[in-house]
Amino acid sequence: MKKYSVFAIAREAMRGHKGWEEQWSSPEPKKEYDVIIVGAGGHGLATAYYLASVHGITNVAVLEKGWLGGGNTGRNTTIIRSNYLYDESAGIYDHALKLWDGLSQELNYNVMYSARGVMMLAHNVHDIQVLKRHVHANRLNGIDNEWLTPEQAKEFCPPLNISKQARYPVVGAALQRRGGTARHDAVAWGYARGASARGVHIIQNCEVTGVKRAANGAVTGVETTRGFIGAKKVGVVAAGHSSVIMNMAGVRMPLESYPLQALVSEPVKPVVPCVVMSNTVHAYISQSDKGELVIGAGTDQYVSYSQTGGLHILQHTLDAICEMFPIFTRMKMLRSWGGIVDVTPDRSPILAKTPVPGLYVNCGWGTGGFKATPGSGHVFAHTIARDDPHPINAPFTIERFRTGRLIDEAAAAAVAH
Amino acid sequence: MLLIRCPYCEEERPELEFRNAGEAHIARSADIAGESDDDFEKFFFIRSNPKGIIYERWRHMHGCARFFNAVRDTVSDKFLMTYKAGEPKPAKLPGASK
Ligand SMILES: Cc1cc2nc3c(=O)[nH]c(=O)nc-3n(C[C@H](O)[C@H](O)[C@H](O)COP(=O)(O)OP(=O)(O)OC[C@H]3O[C@@H](n4cnc5c(N)ncnc54)[C@H](O)[C@@H]3O)c2cc1C
Ligand SMILES: [Zn+2]
Repeated sequence: MKKYSVFAIAREAMRGHKGWEEQWSSPEPKKEYDVIIVGAGGHGLATAYYLASVHGITNVAVLEKGWLGGGNTGRNTTIIRSNYLYDESAGIYDHALKLWDGLSQELNYNVMYSARGVMMLAHNVHDIQVLKRHVHANRLNGIDNEWLTPEQAKEFCPPLNISKQARYPVVGAALQRRGGTARHDAVAWGYARGASARGVHIIQNCEVTGVKRAANGAVTGVETTRGFIGAKKVGVVAAGHSSVIMNMAGVRMPLESYPLQALVSEPVKPVVPCVVMSNTVHAYISQSDKGELVIGAGTDQYVSYSQTGGLHILQHTLDAICEMFPIFTRMKMLRSWGGIVDVTPDRSPILAKTPVPGLYVNCGWGTGGFKATPGSGHVFAHTIARDDPHPINAPFTIERFRTGRLIDEAAAAAVAH
Repeated sequence: MLLIRCPYCEEERPELEFRNAGEAHIARSADIAGESDDDFEKFFFIRSNPKGIIYERWRHMHGCARFFNAVRDTVSDKFLMTYKAGEPKPAKLPGASK
């Protein structure tokens, strides 16, 4: 792998940019690997990267039914934060946040992590109580989060409407300054390049259609649209399709898949300096470096794999955005799209061994897993390499739905992000 | 937005009048306190989440307010049929080959 640097740019500029090499190779699948990862989203690629870079396991294939990063990784609104309520969540999301800082250097790839601050608005007494509880809980866990008055919120984000006459008046806000955004595609591409350089095979247009198990129940490999590929360890990291693949192995999951939508406006000059979220009015917004307003909407109310979503969901979100930011009422929206998110009953992910020997699953990130990509890949690689979870992901089992040891962020963070 | 036929009102109405109420034909045990942890997990948390035909409950919230069942394809979101609560799971689906 040739390193990207200012010298490389200068060198290539001199010779007409003819010397850039492909960022990752596209090999033919081998008959057998040590580890197969199903799904080349950010989480799957990060897992492969850390298997190779931390654990020295390089005989790895990442199988992707479409193109890499074409799932939720390329469809999300890229909000990064770690101000979750419970200790277990704080552990995993802040592990990820620490890895975001420095990820561009580690991967030699600009993932454009920008700690511009995530501000969550309170509109009523209940919001104040919930958000202040988060501020205190976060601080006890060593995670930055601070309380702002409406005036301080407006100072931090000038276009915000804090008029008392607003339909949903802003009565305060919680701010995590280390929160922010990153460039979603670059995250997938950077991990893919790093993994490929260490020998990992990334095989696109290769859909997993079955999971093969031996008489003793252990995994022996997967059936794919490009034939059978063997492996004694298989990690399923397929977001909205995780339960479909787990079903192939005979494991029923506590998951439901819903469409989640987002949309972007025409590009304008810098106007929103941070990320603003409101759980109560159910909307959130930031501005991309291209200048588009990036707006996240909610999920549809029914299970679906359609990768679209109802128009009324977007309308509802835009109503709320226009109340919070009256200056945007005449902006034009350019594109909208949907992704299929896998939601667990307690809204926390599952990163665990499964009842099937050799089968591991990393799923249930639902509406908010982009932020966790580096941390999730890091601890999931550990789980696969050692056949034992990392202390950080040890609580995120499938069995918690039988034992009742839930990590109930549902009430804590009911909105999409 | 979906158009949903309420089997009580016998009319197709916009989705906004309805509330989805999750997977259908999951029976609650008559002796819920006596359920094993395994069975309770299956009843409470495990869902089939099919990519294809789903049997699900809907409630005509802003109409007759009654619960009913529907059969829908989760890939196209097309409804195959709706039927009243308490009616058995349909053995044969209209327009389906199997
Ligand atoms: C509109 C929207 C907005 C969001 N906003 C945010 C946000 O602001 N912040 C945040 O933290 N999170 C957000 N999320 C959630 C986040 O995108 C996901 O949690 C995260 O991307 C999941 O990562 P992944 O790598 O597991 O999934 P994906 O990128 O979806 O990767 C899974 C891959 O598996 C592949 N696959 C599926 N079935 C098979 C098969 N049979 N064989 C082979 N491959 C298969 C898919 O094609 C896909 O590429 C948002 C999601 C959406 C849809
Ligand atoms: Zn009705």
